Amino acid sequence: MTATLPTPAGCAVPARPEKGLPVLRERGQREVFCGLTGIVWLHRKMQDAFFLVVGSRTCAHLLQSAAGVMIFAEPRFATAIIEDKDLAGRSDAQDELDRVVGELLARRPGIRSLFLVGSCPSEVIKLDLGRAAERLNRRHGPAGVRVFNYSGSGIETTFTQGEDACLAALVPALPEAPADAEPNLLVVGTLPDIVEDQFARIFAALGIEQVRFFPPRRSAELPAVGPTTRVLLAQPFLADTVRTLLERGATHLRAPFPFGVSGTTRWLTAACDAFHIPSEHLRRTCLPMAERARVALEAHRRWLAGKRVMFFPDSQLEIPLARFLAEELGMELAEVGVPYLHRELVGPDLEALPRGVQLAEGQDVDRQLDRCRAARPDLVVCGLGLANPLEAEGLATKWSIELIFSPVHGYDQAGDLAELFTRPLRRRNVLTV
Amino acid sequence: MQLSVWTYEGPPHVGAMRIATALKDVHYVLHAPQGDTYADLLFTMIERRDHRPPVTYTTFQARDLGGDTAELFKRAVHEAYERFRPAAILVGASCTAELIQDDPGGLAKRLGLPVPVIPLELPSYQRRENWGAGETFYQVVRTLAGGAPRPAAPRAPGATRSCNLLGPTALGFRHRDDILELTRLLADMGIRVNVVAPLGAAAADIARLPEADFNVVLYGEIATPAAEWLQRTYRQPYTKSIPIGLNGTRDFVREVATLAGLDADAEVARISARSAWYSRSVDSTYLTGKRVFVFGDATHALGAARVATEELGFQLVGLGTYTRERAREVRAAAEAHGLTALITDDYLEVERAIEAATPELVLGTQMERHIAKRLQVPCAVISAPVHVQDFPARYSPQMGAEGANVLFDTWVHPLMMGLEEHLLTMFREDFEFGDLSPSHLGHAPSPRVDHTVEMSTTLLPGGGAAVAEMAVADAGVTLADEPAAPAPPVAAGAPRWQPQAEQELKKIPFFVRGKARRNTERYAAERGITDITLDTLYEAKAHFSR
Repeated sequence: MTATLPTPAGCAVPARPEKGLPVLRERGQREVFCGLTGIVWLHRKMQDAFFLVVGSRTCAHLLQSAAGVMIFAEPRFATAIIEDKDLAGRSDAQDELDRVVGELLARRPGIRSLFLVGSCPSEVIKLDLGRAAERLNRRHGPAGVRVFNYSGSGIETTFTQGEDACLAALVPALPEAPADAEPNLLVVGTLPDIVEDQFARIFAALGIEQVRFFPPRRSAELPAVGPTTRVLLAQPFLADTVRTLLERGATHLRAPFPFGVSGTTRWLTAACDAFHIPSEHLRRTCLPMAERARVALEAHRRWLAGKRVMFFPDSQLEIPLARFLAEELGMELAEVGVPYLHRELVGPDLEALPRGVQLAEGQDVDRQLDRCRAARPDLVVCGLGLANPLEAEGLATKWSIELIFSPVHGYDQAGDLAELFTRPLRRRNVLTV
Repeated sequence: MQLSVWTYEGPPHVGAMRIATALKDVHYVLHAPQGDTYADLLFTMIERRDHRPPVTYTTFQARDLGGDTAELFKRAVHEAYERFRPAAILVGASCTAELIQDDPGGLAKRLGLPVPVIPLELPSYQRRENWGAGETFYQVVRTLAGGAPRPAAPRAPGATRSCNLLGPTALGFRHRDDILELTRLLADMGIRVNVVAPLGAAAADIARLPEADFNVVLYGEIATPAAEWLQRTYRQPYTKSIPIGLNGTRDFVREVATLAGLDADAEVARISARSAWYSRSVDSTYLTGKRVFVFGDATHALGAARVATEELGFQLVGLGTYTRERAREVRAAAEAHGLTALITDDYLEVERAIEAATPELVLGTQMERHIAKRLQVPCAVISAPVHVQDFPARYSPQMGAEGANVLFDTWVHPLMMGLEEHLLTMFREDFEFGDLSPSHLGHAPSPRVDHTVEMSTTLLPGGGAAVAEMAVADAGVTLADEPAAPAPPVAAGAPRWQPQAEQELKKIPFFVRGKARRNTERYAAERGITDITLDTLYEAKAHFSR
């Protein structure tokens, strides 16, 4: 991984102003998932892919708790649990992996892509999954299965970085678009299919014809990339993916993320600018959608304007969402925590944050809870480990995980996104028990 | 390496968390990388706890590995002590920290904290959650209760008329309600509960454990190591019977009465439950011989097998557990029913066994609930692993007399009531009568949709249109190995149904039709019959009804 966890060692570092925004850097207990969790949505997006975690019972238990015991059919992910004999050298871990993969592919002949996913234990024992992937590719490639590898380990990745690592591992497999290919747009980051379809319709209406989404719905149908590819990020946690795409000659279109009306419009504007589409055409095309989104937001503005919200670090969506809540719904920002601050990717959203907002990078969860209790925000956006305890202390919470799994991007989800924040407040208003 | 799709138990440190969270003033410092904090949400979401588990994670990262992770651990222990001021500190490593061998116990001891430090050695690559809980509880008891004076002579039965209840933990299957039920039961016998542990006990309460006459082991998976130590050290005997069901409860009362020096016959005679009469009432005749498959932890599987056969008149067609440590007991119980016990923690193996046993009711964990749903067989949950719905708002014990009533209701409700079943026979030729679910609850069996996601679990608590939408999209995709849709596929070479036989099959009540079809096809296949006629159907019926 690149230096995406840039917090220095030691505890809280005194706040220092940075582009007008003070950043509190903390180091301590993190109440954030590891990158393995991304499998929960990645396996649903790419339905011909299988994710095999090479890890411990803890990894299997995490995935199960994250996905819940909730899938009727056999899921398209599993864990090859490392056992004592693998560690004691009584069995060769690479041979064992070959055996497990053989069993798996025999069971699931529909698999086209197999991801070997590294974990904390596999990283610590230095199990070389790259070598395993190469070998397994030679063995199973002729049968039409491609084997990739990436690490979702907690010692290297935080929550949504798992998707970054996965997509970055796929980039070398993308076909080469010729240098003289027509300019084409690549939207990068997992989106629910319904949102993807909406964006595809919008781009078509705008006149951008060559549009592909990455990851694709079928892992075998990878989009081409080359010097005429323009990359538009749909998710703010894809630093490595962008870097590897740029290495393939693509250009990154800098934009805020498409949340709310303003976010979506500016995101689309970045695409239009790159494809020389007049802003008047964009305005005309998107006006009805932007208008109905504005109407949808208006109802929520009444609930949210003037209320104070605090973000605990979780998915990296915190800064774009804080921008949406502050700019479009009039909320005040008590503290915006992020696992790590990637200025390049969230820059346009960061610039739109109100001056003086307190940013926090990294986490020391007990200290952050102290600050939260002192600030008594009207709404706390946090993970599931913290939500009920904070509710019990009288604070209203929104589980951040829902922001990752729900369709929240684009004009037609703007109201739904706002609703996720108003619902906890409305509920408290309704209940008399 | 073991290929695992779902697991019945988490790693052993999650067992330790269940003990730490159950206790009142004990803190657990876990040497662990980022991500292991996922375990917190088991407690805050599934069990809806209003406090975070008392666990501090060191959260080391890759770049710490070359540096001083030991220092990081010491700082975490020190800060946790300063912040939470616990009466005792548990220290240990999760699977990754076990590999880097920092010796959390030694490091923490050298800090010289003014409270007991209890080091936990939980081998993550060998052991699992319940073992971790049992070992942790044992270490806690040994450390905190070990200072009491050893009795010189055996205790006189009933000297203090008190006992301890051992085994209930955080995230336990109805432990909360079992405690209350058994405390009442014991109170009716004039026996005081000295300490309940670990659930709700403070460190000082653990130190008082030796004061009681004997120990009641509620869940052997967790309490047996501690109970054995207390027996060896303080001459406290402990109970071995499982107070699940009316008969289980009576055996338990007899055992307790003997330990407490009471008149056992008189105490047993006072135990009754409504479930006994309900089971004898005529509506319940339809329960006779229903094929039931039981799988869970050893305590609950053994209890359920007994209730199912003795108290409901079901036929046991499968019995198994994922508790390998107690395989012997479960094997013996299965043999008594002419079965071979299924001892496994491989979910797919359990699924195959259930499919092969063709039960009419599955009593299992949340995982078997999903297997049963897929097979469209009614199911009730009897054991962990748990789900948010296994923590009902109402009082719902599994043990004691009220527990017997709860079991009757929860197991019978997914089935069809006797009155309904007999009406079905009357109505089934009515043209307006549809093939509904064999349950009075009226959830019709929906056509199988592979990959459908159930929304009510942890990470997706409210459900979201995104996943629902993805699930719909998913339904269109068929991987070649997915199990087939409800209508059984006709394999090449399989016997063919003659139209007359097919017509006759449709007259059989739908809830046994699938079984009739399978049995007939099996009968035909075994005899090399290629065409299933009316006679084949009835020959098979006669064959299988022996």
